[in-house]
Amino acid sequence: MNAHGLWIALATLLHREVGRFLRIWMQTLLPPVITMSIYFVVFGSLLGSRIQRIDGFSYIEFIVPGLVMMSVITNSFSNVASSFFNARFQRSVEELQVAPLPDWIMVAGYVGGGMLRGILVGFLVLLVSLAFHPVRFHNLPIVLAFLVLTSLVFALAGFSNALIARRFDDISIVPTFILTPLTYFGGVFYSISLLPPFWRGLSRLNPILYMVNGFRFGFLGASDIPTWIGLATLIGLAAGLVALNLGMLARGVGLRT
Amino acid sequence: MSTALEIRNLSKTYSGGVEALRGVDLDVEEGDFHALLGPNGAGKSTLIGILTNLVRPTAGEIRVFGVDARAHPERARTLMGVVPQEFNFNVFEKALEILVFQAGLYGIPRTRALPRAQELLERLGLGDQMHQIARHLSGGMKRRLMVARALVNSPRLLILDEPTAGVDIELRRGLWEILTELNQKGTTIILTTHYLEEAEQLCRNLAIIDHGRILEQGPIQDLVRRLEVQTFVLDLAAPATGKELPAAFQVRRIDPERLEIDVPGGLTLNQVFAALEACGLEVISLRNKSNRLEELFVHLVGRGRP
Repeated sequence: MNAHGLWIALATLLHREVGRFLRIWMQTLLPPVITMSIYFVVFGSLLGSRIQRIDGFSYIEFIVPGLVMMSVITNSFSNVASSFFNARFQRSVEELQVAPLPDWIMVAGYVGGGMLRGILVGFLVLLVSLAFHPVRFHNLPIVLAFLVLTSLVFALAGFSNALIARRFDDISIVPTFILTPLTYFGGVFYSISLLPPFWRGLSRLNPILYMVNGFRFGFLGASDIPTWIGLATLIGLAAGLVALNLGMLARGVGLRT
Repeated sequence: MSTALEIRNLSKTYSGGVEALRGVDLDVEEGDFHALLGPNGAGKSTLIGILTNLVRPTAGEIRVFGVDARAHPERARTLMGVVPQEFNFNVFEKALEILVFQAGLYGIPRTRALPRAQELLERLGLGDQMHQIARHLSGGMKRRLMVARALVNSPRLLILDEPTAGVDIELRRGLWEILTELNQKGTTIILTTHYLEEAEQLCRNLAIIDHGRILEQGPIQDLVRRLEVQTFVLDLAAPATGKELPAAFQVRRIDPERLEIDVPGGLTLNQVFAALEACGLEVISLRNKSNRLEELFVHLVGRGRP
């Protein structure tokens, strides 16, 4: 297939993925927005007023970037993990396998869909946050770079998860037992400068810390971690996950016996 | 005429050690209507799985219209359409969207795919169901939807894996008409089926596979002619009670007005009738006891078993 044909195939896959999460917006877009609104009310307005300023910012101002990032992470991941595993489960993934597509189109189509959902949910959460505090951008290109790269990394991770999962349970293990703890300990609600040295050092092993802090830097101009380390971590993770997914597809993992 | 499909020494050993294919060689000429028959577990699904990119071969070569399918899998796949045994579309999508989506994966833009999909759905009797969610379609409709989907890229080689399994006779005959028409227009068709009369009626050539090996392949008419004995059931005009039966043949009485007769290869039905007439037996109708292809199939597959 020529480049035009490949573009049509990619656009077809993206169109279906986006159409899917928009069609079931009550399950895909609304819940994260409601959950984050509750975080804003409880942690931002009710408790936040009693918490002292962090790095010179009010608590609600401090947690908004982290909560937006949390939404991006979970939605990018779960969109790809559930959609692709469901396609495997229903066997509709065979529609892609019999078609003359290189493996990277399959990855790009599903991952693109996951990224778009993550970014859209992040944008909606940011909109809701305006009801609690005005948003300011210290460095918009950094915000956009972290937004796109984080959604890419977690959409790719969702694809890997869906590829190796054998049961529906397997696609809920990662969000429940890995993503949620890492996100909560990734500096969404606090600055690691508040932690004792041991926990501060341990936190530095958490990749989500770099994403949250880089994203926060784009908004506030303050971060626990140098921004370039965050960007380099994201680019490294994305490259590694692309290689992992393409390698698994080439070996037929999860799809070909 | 070129070769649509050329398979050489194809083998597949699954990770558990099961040898599903053991050096399969198969040729399907362009324009052929070719049957692939075999008992359950013979290797048919593995062979089709390899052709359709669902199973990885262990060794061997595949050429689709001369294109090396292992070196250039995407080019080979543009030439094929597949109707799998199991329903494998997104059941939450509408019938029309399933076809347009599949067309998009073959690089066909929506503006061209839409009229093509509508035309195919009309042709397969699903015109009224275009905007119906797939899971609300009946079993027969779903099967026709899969045929329509396989045709959306106008494949030169169409592979159908038991397309009429569990389908009522009316629908089955409808599908036969569509497939015959497609074949007459030049589409090469490979069909696996458990209905041997279907293979005999539709196909010109066949391959019989068992234990991962091709046991026999060639024109169906040539193969059935090699049957050593055919058994016919005769309906008589009057009861044969008390009458002598022809000694030249093995004849068994089923009931007073029906006989079963074994006719060895090389003898003609004229000779049978002459012998029956000599005994004063008048035949009003006859039929093969079982389908000729079925007899051949049972003979070959039975021979290969311990």
